[in-house]
Amino acid sequence: MSERRTIEVALGTSGLDAHGMPLRAPLVSHGGKAVALDPSIMVPEPEMGSDHMLINIGPQHPATHGVLRLVLELDGETVVRCIPHIGYLHCGFEKIGEYRQYNQIIPWTDREDYLNSPGNNVAFVLGAERLFGVGMTERCKVLRVMLMELSRIISHLVWLGTTSVDLGAFTPFLWLYQERENVYNLLEGWVGARLTTTATRVGGMAADIPDGWLDGLRAFLRGFPKTLEESVRMLETNAIWAGRTVGLGAMSAQEAVNAGLSGPMLRASGVAYDVRKDFPYLDYETYDFDVVVGTAGDVYDRFLVRVEEMRQSVRILEQALQRLPDGPVNINDPRLILPPKHKATSEMESMIHHFKLVMEGPRPPAGECYVPVESPKGEKGYYMVSDGTSKPVRWRIRPPSFVNLSAIPKMVEGHLLSDVIAINASIDIVMGEIDR
Amino acid sequence: MTVPTVAPTGGDLAPVTTQAAVASDVNGSPITPTHIAHRGGPVNPTAAALSARFGPAIVRTEVTWGETTVFVANDALHAIVRWLHDEPRERYDYLVDVTAVEYRDADRPLEVVWHLRALAHRRFLRLKVELPKGTTLSVPSIVDIYSGADWLERECYDMFGIRFEGHPDLRRLLMWETYREGYPLRKDFPLRGRFSRAEQLKQALAADPEARYSMEELSIADAFDSLPEDMKRRLAERADSHDGHDRVGE
Repeated sequence: MSERRTIEVALGTSGLDAHGMPLRAPLVSHGGKAVALDPSIMVPEPEMGSDHMLINIGPQHPATHGVLRLVLELDGETVVRCIPHIGYLHCGFEKIGEYRQYNQIIPWTDREDYLNSPGNNVAFVLGAERLFGVGMTERCKVLRVMLMELSRIISHLVWLGTTSVDLGAFTPFLWLYQERENVYNLLEGWVGARLTTTATRVGGMAADIPDGWLDGLRAFLRGFPKTLEESVRMLETNAIWAGRTVGLGAMSAQEAVNAGLSGPMLRASGVAYDVRKDFPYLDYETYDFDVVVGTAGDVYDRFLVRVEEMRQSVRILEQALQRLPDGPVNINDPRLILPPKHKATSEMESMIHHFKLVMEGPRPPAGECYVPVESPKGEKGYYMVSDGTSKPVRWRIRPPSFVNLSAIPKMVEGHLLSDVIAINASIDIVMGEIDR
Repeated sequence: MTVPTVAPTGGDLAPVTTQAAVASDVNGSPITPTHIAHRGGPVNPTAAALSARFGPAIVRTEVTWGETTVFVANDALHAIVRWLHDEPRERYDYLVDVTAVEYRDADRPLEVVWHLRALAHRRFLRLKVELPKGTTLSVPSIVDIYSGADWLERECYDMFGIRFEGHPDLRRLLMWETYREGYPLRKDFPLRGRFSRAEQLKQALAADPEARYSMEELSIADAFDSLPEDMKRRLAERADSHDGHDRVGE
């Protein structure tokens, strides 16, 4: 058995910066010693000509999280220019919405930001209900809060899992997807579908929760924080993770606001703007939760903000569990709500009512509204314009990740090619929502 | 039994009191709004400030479902947005959305819509410019004020054919750059597209593989020079014919 040897490497730096974070500056040889790159000792690079390289990433590339295509102009390994191309998933949702009644649009909202289907369902009916001038029942309100927070958790889980895979960590991905399955099991037990939930209706919900569902939610809330903390512990102080995220793609608060960023992207830059607090809906002002903000606005801060948001969502869900009242989930308004099925098949009046509502559809008064909600990606709003008929004149999706992605050239230019993957992942894009 | 339809007034759930969309409690903290009136109600104070500052450029003000809409003159839009952004008492620092609305009524003008937000004051304002049918569809770009307007304006141009004058890079965004069928969200655009399936397939099969790169991208470095001669020629032809293609369907 050979004797163990320790090799001492002369380093001019501990590899940590002033904050104890791994230093991102590359080590260079200086006087026979490896030291961190310091502008004062930088040797001018030899003249290599002006040959820039054109690199095409995507649209079929796993690290672009969908069909995003980035055309990069590289100087060596440094990105000089980034030209994003989108639209590969464009299906004309907004056009199709003009040919659908309001309740018929809800399935389309499942398919735009498909990681956040229940949240989109709720967001859409909140807008439609304002357009119809109706409210919702207290039980429905709390159930919708549960849906929104559950979908925030699953969306952030996918983000954390896929981003850790992008940066080379596979284990958290498996752990987090396990928890995501638990949420999908809950959703399946409630509305029958896992991804495309279509859980809401204008004026209420597709269905009330089944017996025992709350126990399932309680079990999830007991198990999930443990998995989350284990996964976060794998990453939070991990040298590779920190080294590949700290200081990347930083946006100052002023830049972020001017670029229209929202959600975790904006809050990581230190702007405490959360639609749930600033323009509340569903009585969010009565829930006790914190708005999480970062300081540096880099990829690492976006990671911390999203993780903390999941913890806050657990807090909100626990409060919602405690306050869930009994009562109906649908408002008592025959203009919008279908009669019960057993009545529609046994009473003539109910059958006619059912027929007219399905065939003609409810008609809101002429008007328009924009109702924003805090989706996991940022401020999502549906701008709806009605001319008094049963189909909207215009159904506009304000897609948060579309606006967030439009700032990617500013974020990646000047960084290395490998950092483009980390920065792109940190935006949390969903091409279904961007291309619509 | 008569099947009721939703009317603006009447019905037990119709709004009874008026309140701003951004309701607040006694401490001024925002709360979830309830009972928002269909028409009327509190007006965003910015509307009055705009009228005082810009006078005739402010066409009219409407309040619908608690949200204030200010119709402004097309040529004053840029100055108005600049003022809203810079004025310390207004500080509309956040651009939410840029979009357009075309009504089914063919005589109604097209509307270009800007959603602005003052984060500090928690105010929301909708600006509209009306573009009568048959006129040039063009409005000023506000990319120089909000960098986030870049893609929003490009999408609006792509979908409605509204030109944003002053935009540095007004290209199609969601549709490909050589798309020739017009503007999909216009009401005269059929749901299933302007061309037949056969024609669409023919065009897709005939598309040059190099059409995936724009001239701008190919001009990076020496990529263009190293292309085969016939490909260079086709690209140059495409660049020449590029001006005319987006007139279709206007």
